[in-house]
Amino acid sequence: MAKIQLNMITQRSIEEGAAMEKGKTNPDYFTACSICEMNPEDMKKAGVWKNTNVRVTSECGSVIVKAIVPTQFVPPGLAHIRQGVWANQVVPPRTQSTGTPQYSGFLVTIEPAVEERIKTALELVQGSVGLWKKE
Amino acid sequence: MPKLITQVGCPYCGSSCDDLEVLVSDDNKTVLEVRNACIIGNNIFLHANDPTRPKLPRMRQPDGSMKEISYKEAIDWTAKTLIAAKKPLIYGFGSTNCEGMSAVGRVAEKAGAVLDNCASICHGPSFLAIFDNGYPSCTLGEAKNRADCVVFWGCNPMHAHPRHTSRYSLFPRGFFTQKGQMQRKVICVDPRETDTAKLADVHFMLDQGHDYDLFDAFRTVLRGHDIPDIVAGIKREKIVEAIEIMKKSRFVMIFFGMGCTHTDGRNHNVDIAISLTRDLNTHTKASIMAMRGHYNIAGPGQVWSWQFGFPYCIDLSKGTHAHMNPGETSSIDLAMRDEIDCFVNVGTDAGAHFPIEAVKHLKKHPFITIDPNFCMASEISDLHIPVRIAGVDEPGVVYRMDNVPIQFKAVIDGLPGVPSDEELFDMVYERMCELTQTEPVWLAAKAHRKYPSSAVN
Amino acid sequence: MTEILITHGFVIDPTQNINGDVADVAIRDGKIVDTVGSGAKVIDAKGKVVMAGGVDVHSHVAGPKVNVGRLMRPEDKLFKSPMAQEKFRMESGFSVPSVFKTGYDYARMGYGFVMEAAMPPIHSPHVHEEIHDTPIIDEAALPVFGNNWFVMEYLRNKEVENTAAYIAWLIRVTKGFGVKVVNPGGTAAWAWGLNCLKLDDKVPYFEITPSEIITGLLQANEYLGLPHSVHLHQNDLGNPGNFLTTIDSLKLAEGIKTKNKFGRTQVMHSTHIQFHAYGGENWGNFESKAKDVMDYVNKAKNITVDLGCVTLDETTTMTADGPFEHHLHSLNHIKWANTDVELETAAGVVPYVYDKDIRVCATQWAIGLELGLYAKDPERVFITTDHPNAGPFTRYPRVISWLMCRKARDATLNTFRHKDKVIEATTLDSIDRELTLYEIAQMTRSGPARCLGLSKMYGGLAPGMNADVAVFDLNYKSMPTDPVAIEKALQRAALFVKSGEIVVRDGTVLSHGHKKTVWVNVKMPENPQVVRDITQCFTRDYTVGINNYPVRDYLAPHPYVIDVDVEA
Repeated sequence: MAKIQLNMITQRSIEEGAAMEKGKTNPDYFTACSICEMNPEDMKKAGVWKNTNVRVTSECGSVIVKAIVPTQFVPPGLAHIRQGVWANQVVPPRTQSTGTPQYSGFLVTIEPAVEERIKTALELVQGSVGLWKKE
Repeated sequence: MPKLITQVGCPYCGSSCDDLEVLVSDDNKTVLEVRNACIIGNNIFLHANDPTRPKLPRMRQPDGSMKEISYKEAIDWTAKTLIAAKKPLIYGFGSTNCEGMSAVGRVAEKAGAVLDNCASICHGPSFLAIFDNGYPSCTLGEAKNRADCVVFWGCNPMHAHPRHTSRYSLFPRGFFTQKGQMQRKVICVDPRETDTAKLADVHFMLDQGHDYDLFDAFRTVLRGHDIPDIVAGIKREKIVEAIEIMKKSRFVMIFFGMGCTHTDGRNHNVDIAISLTRDLNTHTKASIMAMRGHYNIAGPGQVWSWQFGFPYCIDLSKGTHAHMNPGETSSIDLAMRDEIDCFVNVGTDAGAHFPIEAVKHLKKHPFITIDPNFCMASEISDLHIPVRIAGVDEPGVVYRMDNVPIQFKAVIDGLPGVPSDEELFDMVYERMCELTQTEPVWLAAKAHRKYPSSAVN
Repeated sequence: MTEILITHGFVIDPTQNINGDVADVAIRDGKIVDTVGSGAKVIDAKGKVVMAGGVDVHSHVAGPKVNVGRLMRPEDKLFKSPMAQEKFRMESGFSVPSVFKTGYDYARMGYGFVMEAAMPPIHSPHVHEEIHDTPIIDEAALPVFGNNWFVMEYLRNKEVENTAAYIAWLIRVTKGFGVKVVNPGGTAAWAWGLNCLKLDDKVPYFEITPSEIITGLLQANEYLGLPHSVHLHQNDLGNPGNFLTTIDSLKLAEGIKTKNKFGRTQVMHSTHIQFHAYGGENWGNFESKAKDVMDYVNKAKNITVDLGCVTLDETTTMTADGPFEHHLHSLNHIKWANTDVELETAAGVVPYVYDKDIRVCATQWAIGLELGLYAKDPERVFITTDHPNAGPFTRYPRVISWLMCRKARDATLNTFRHKDKVIEATTLDSIDRELTLYEIAQMTRSGPARCLGLSKMYGGLAPGMNADVAVFDLNYKSMPTDPVAIEKALQRAALFVKSGEIVVRDGTVLSHGHKKTVWVNVKMPENPQVVRDITQCFTRDYTVGINNYPVRDYLAPHPYVIDVDVEA
């Protein structure tokens, strides 16, 4: 199966901000943040159709998100997940001795995961600490 | 009759706009309408109406569910947990007022805690650069009234600070900038073509993570030396052109954000940005400013500097004096090294905004969240204590991104029985003193205004 | 309320011409009284000196630039912060101490009142937040006016009354105390990267000169009859050859008469005069002009000065003189912080090492002491270090020991690498004068209190005054011959009673006291033009709302408000 290595950044967006202030369990937050923006060229290389799910894997974890055509232009080689719960599943906690994690500029592998389900914010966070219970 | 409250401060981003107008119901309980705010600010005020807002602390039960308990029990549990912990970490303060930040200082000192704020994962590297190199800056009014060249480096105010460009940096007609945007040259440096980049006269779409290289090229050209044909993916001519624009300007304003501090180089990117600003001052007037994320995230840097001498990563566990060494005493590093044995998340959401690996480490020990709303941190906490929302139902001083203090108002009455951050911390402190049979240390000033919120506005 | 009787001490109180007489000091309800009952707590001060609490006329202890200094200098804490006193808050910092250490250390030295020397008006809530977090000492703050757009606009049009109305409004809304002027015009020019070094340099756009700003503010201050006079940080600070500008600036006070109900006799207080008494054309032939400056000051009865003595420490310079800090950074290349403040002022912060083995630093040290030793009227010349610019306030005892003992001066001078050059560039070596403790009391108590218009409350031990009483372990009849013993005694008061409460004993803090924020409420009839101008300016030029600008009452929780009524 095709996959591609990209340089990942995770930054803020107004959609994320607006949704977050409604609450992180709000569907808007899910829509705003469980996405990965990548250049259509890279999608092609990775065999990814726009608006389908992908698995993003970094040195410290992986997450399922939806690949979309960037809302703000992203050049080939770069990928962007908006700041938030999904992004932080793959952000490396290493800080270069400054206290600040590597939120931007870390290597990820992106591959199609059409059949996989995107987990909710609560499922991801509670799941990671053993508190998640299926409804 | 609904009441219109004017010049209301907005508790969202570091722009700390204080020109909002909020229409509230006659009984002071409901926000009806918000004017002048961006969509995010709008949502904050309206979210305060949410009938499901927590009104009582909730304690996690053995079966994993949460059960409502009284504030008295919650305060007692918090006090006992802090006392029992050898090295608790009290972190957050992105969304609370300075009164709360001042009160927590006393709790942290008593608990021998590490006191840290969201700068630790945002502009912490900027602090490191300031320690090394200083900070030639100004208030936002200077940018508005004078700046005819504005640089946005690794920041995207159109998304993160929605009204920044219209109030301060790009569009407004200032005293010496009567033509507004027409009079300003705008340079944007970002690996993406962001919505801010679209507004710029010049966009440097640099190779991600190569900010230091590009800053260095800027400085080299400014000092009259030659540079390679391409630096960080940018052509030499374009760099030379940008430097000419800056030199010809009367006032260069550089704004920088997470694009510098979150990526390789961290503090070094900011360090050289400061050096560039200093160099520019030999040619014209130049100023630099960190685009602080939250409306009062400059606050803990101020309050704790005057109380402890350090803006963040303050280790008080020695009991006799404060110690700071980011990388060692910073929240993420402490978590990853399993060096702390209790975590208190205040006015932020570490559950959502820390790398998940760090969250897993923190969750090994008692985990307390103090926040007005449900959030990811509250939903994995052992104890969640709701408080009033600063800027909505609790007034107080906040520090804007340029460190200008703004006295925020409350627009509605707080939920009955729900304390402010300051009140809660003072009660936790009192309980800690009771439990340890020690005398509380109130400053004289404090003794008479322990719970001041009702006295204001 | 408790009564206290401090018995058998050598009382030194220039306000009552008491010079070392053995007497008792009685205290009731926070005030000095004639007598107390037999139930009073008696403290034996036999063989010790009893003075009023110290009054600091000029010190940077609270507010934005002070905090920039704390924030940007972790190295000022490393191995330099004392261990916390048990049951008290942690203390931090050497040259820019935390608020807790500031309050504790002033109290340990027997100081009861401190004037924060420069408050940027838009930052006044910050200043007051720090002040109310500072324990024990009473404080007030001086808002800065010398580069304010309103002031420059009105004075360009020679509108002294409008200037006065604006000053009245600003002092009231910032809960300020008086009129501070820093590098008039020069800081405004700095907003465009320029400066005004001479009194007739024109401020860009505003087309007004520093001398016009100073003169106009002197007139406006007396029009209002404020407790304190104009408090002036002059132009051309810290540059060789600036003494001529200094004397010319002082001359602007000639012919201006005081008008106030507070016992103040001067119309201009010229601060940290040490930085303004330099001769020579460059750092190579830099020399002292202390004598020239003091000759003028001694003659001009309507002027007061403070010294700004260099203490030869590693310290942190901070001033609203933005262009100076930029210049200083270009000399030492350590690190530079700057904040230009919209419509009002600017500030800069640069760490600085006054190295005794650098000729210029050692010469600056000598100049500060020369100025103090040339003072003919100690009631008009006050001891400061312009904390922390020339050194931290915790060095006052050392400065006093230098002023009191030739031996101490010589001992320091003898350690200099460039001793001979310092002797050549100054007159210090030719001065044998040793100030008495009575003169020191004038320079640290009665003098500054009168200068600030606070002589009814502070600076003396007459009945009715605030019961701020300091006891030092010094035998006035046989003073120690070792200057170090004097320094030690003054560093840690044997006893300090603040507002009638014992807050320090044997140099140890016992209580957080009952500190007050002192501010001036100027009442005058509304001036419609000024009101309109202010409203318009906030709508158009400022980035904060006018409703959010005035300091709210709860930020100054223990106010002592001085009302000033201005007749139309």
